[in-house]
Amino acid sequence: MTATALAAPKAPSPLPEALPILQLVGVRKTFGAFAAVERIDLDIRDGEFLTIVGPSGSGKTTLLRMLAGMEAPSEGDISLRGVRINETPPARRPTCLVFQSLALFPHKTVGENIEFPLKVKKVAGAARKARALELLRLVQLPESYYAKNVMQCSGGERQRVALARALAYDPDVLFFDEPLSALDYKLKKVMEKELKDLHRLSGKTFVYITHSLEEAMVMSDRIGVMRAGRLVQVGTPEEIYTRPSTKFVAEFMGEVNVFDAVRSGEGWRIDGLDGPAALDLPPGLRTADAAAVVVRPEFLRFVDGQADAQNRLSGVVFNEYALGSRIQYQVRVGEKTFLLELSRANAWGGKPGDAATIGWDARDAIVVAA
Amino acid sequence: MSGAATGAPIDGARAIPPLGKGRVDGEAGRVGSGAGLRSGPKIPPDLGLAAEATLPAARGGKGTAFRLSRGALCSLPVGLTLLLGFVAPLATVAAYAFATPKSFDVFRSFTLANFAAIFDPANTVWQSFAWSLGLAVLTVVALAVVAYPIAWGLARSFGRWSGFISVLFVFPLFVSENVRLYGWTLFFLKNGVLDGTLKLVGGAGPEVLYTPGAILFGMVYVYLPFMLLPMTLGLAMVPKDLVEAARDLGASRLLIWREIELPLATPGILIGMLLTFVLAVGAVAESKVLGGQSVIVITHDIEIAFTYAQNWPLGSALALLLTLIVGALSLAALAKLDLDRILGRR
Repeated sequence: MTATALAAPKAPSPLPEALPILQLVGVRKTFGAFAAVERIDLDIRDGEFLTIVGPSGSGKTTLLRMLAGMEAPSEGDISLRGVRINETPPARRPTCLVFQSLALFPHKTVGENIEFPLKVKKVAGAARKARALELLRLVQLPESYYAKNVMQCSGGERQRVALARALAYDPDVLFFDEPLSALDYKLKKVMEKELKDLHRLSGKTFVYITHSLEEAMVMSDRIGVMRAGRLVQVGTPEEIYTRPSTKFVAEFMGEVNVFDAVRSGEGWRIDGLDGPAALDLPPGLRTADAAAVVVRPEFLRFVDGQADAQNRLSGVVFNEYALGSRIQYQVRVGEKTFLLELSRANAWGGKPGDAATIGWDARDAIVVAA
Repeated sequence: MSGAATGAPIDGARAIPPLGKGRVDGEAGRVGSGAGLRSGPKIPPDLGLAAEATLPAARGGKGTAFRLSRGALCSLPVGLTLLLGFVAPLATVAAYAFATPKSFDVFRSFTLANFAAIFDPANTVWQSFAWSLGLAVLTVVALAVVAYPIAWGLARSFGRWSGFISVLFVFPLFVSENVRLYGWTLFFLKNGVLDGTLKLVGGAGPEVLYTPGAILFGMVYVYLPFMLLPMTLGLAMVPKDLVEAARDLGASRLLIWREIELPLATPGILIGMLLTFVLAVGAVAESKVLGGQSVIVITHDIEIAFTYAQNWPLGSALALLLTLIVGALSLAALAKLDLDRILGRR
């Protein structure tokens, strides 16, 4: 089993699930009494772009450092193509980490930085330079940058140099620890797409860490959401967006409306709702006593004079915000605030201060564990 | 536009330079000695420049003719101290070096006779220079080797103990150098601590006292903290993630040390080397106490010239020569030490 796994060709197999390139089984990491990572099971598929998302302190960096070999797990096993690598040092893993700080060598030129892993592998000077220039082209930097001091490069350029250096190592798996966090919004958007393109081109496995789900959505094949050291949900961006498993995941997704629902007799009640709630309960929650209801702003609508919405709330429109092609309304219902979004073409006729009734259908609400 | 109107922006633009200029001048005053003399003998260097800086303000019709900027005012104490404690004595020594030999005719006579005496082929004082410089170089090399592992430990692996361990290394500085050196004499003396103990077990202590080796040992011992602390600082300046990244890229320990750690720690190491070199060249107690005058170092010659020989001009000429040699070597090293390049800011 082990021997065949190692002998297997590097190209992504037709059945990605067949053998995960990296496998975590019950991985736990404690620092003294504090558990940074709590029992994580995760299969990382060969060639995929997996992003781990979580707020700061959720343990995602610790998880990444264990995968890269800079920390050893306190419990559980990490396997690479079926071989346990818990204690294998980073230098002996076919993986490479792009640091949040990028960790470029400030006393070396761009070329020397990119060539460093090749120098380690004792590649001859001319071949090293040829490869470095090739990589410069790949990360879309001019060849003249070869002799430039790395600290003279801008943030985006350093990003590319760090990427080129990691690719020069030719790892099977590339890890990224929030490398784009220091860039401005516009450049970040450009780099996100470039990273995804580069993933396509290289065919390597990318494991990316960020606190921005927006970033994760753009790039990833799969997203894992972490909270307090646990992996809350793993799925495609589509799954995470449309079927968040918990209130936390839903709220992490961005601006959403969340209400607490409680069982009342046969049906459900939501505070402030006119009448009992109409909910499509997922099978897992059929027997639960409490749940959270998530409704995206675009699924809420003004229902004055219409009787078709299954769930209705009466309140006052407090303010409106222009979001470009869409307009967002803040509606206050009792103590609670709801967000509602309409396309500009269908803008609401009223003005802030007007009373309004908002509503949604059972199928547009996501019911998750409370 | 009137003169007053054009004067105002110049005044505004000039509001900042005095501070910068004062600082540059402070450094020039520390390294060289000409600054004070250039702007007139009676005005201290920083005062002279500050007055120059306030000139446009006077032209613009604002402020008094002679008002110190805040920067100049703040640099006044250190400026005066440097002037009285550094520039003035150095100028006096320089003047004495050109005075008639074995006289006190300073500022009244000018002769190169002292230098002629030093460079006379019959004079063996060059040996003292050679001993001083040679021992200093050996001290620096030995210190670099001895201090590096300790500095690495302090910067990287001693953790919460490093503060305590640093204090242990600095603590001997609280005891007079001579006392510590006599302590070592007792240790190495015939029938002393080492010899006596070895005799108890049937051996004999090595004859190390009153040899150049003992002098070297004493200098390495005395100047260790001056190498250790800058070196520790230099090593602590190497970002940990760079070392981690290099390791991640497959580099061996040796390669990481050669390619990453050493180049990035160079500023601290060079500063430590420079500091200990300058101190070691000026050392005299080690050769007297531990060396027992088996070799005469140049500082000892200078001392003799000033004391027994009562030949201040000769002593001054020797001191001036030593200052020039050490100064030239230090400046050459400092020129190599391009901090901006090392830290990658350029």
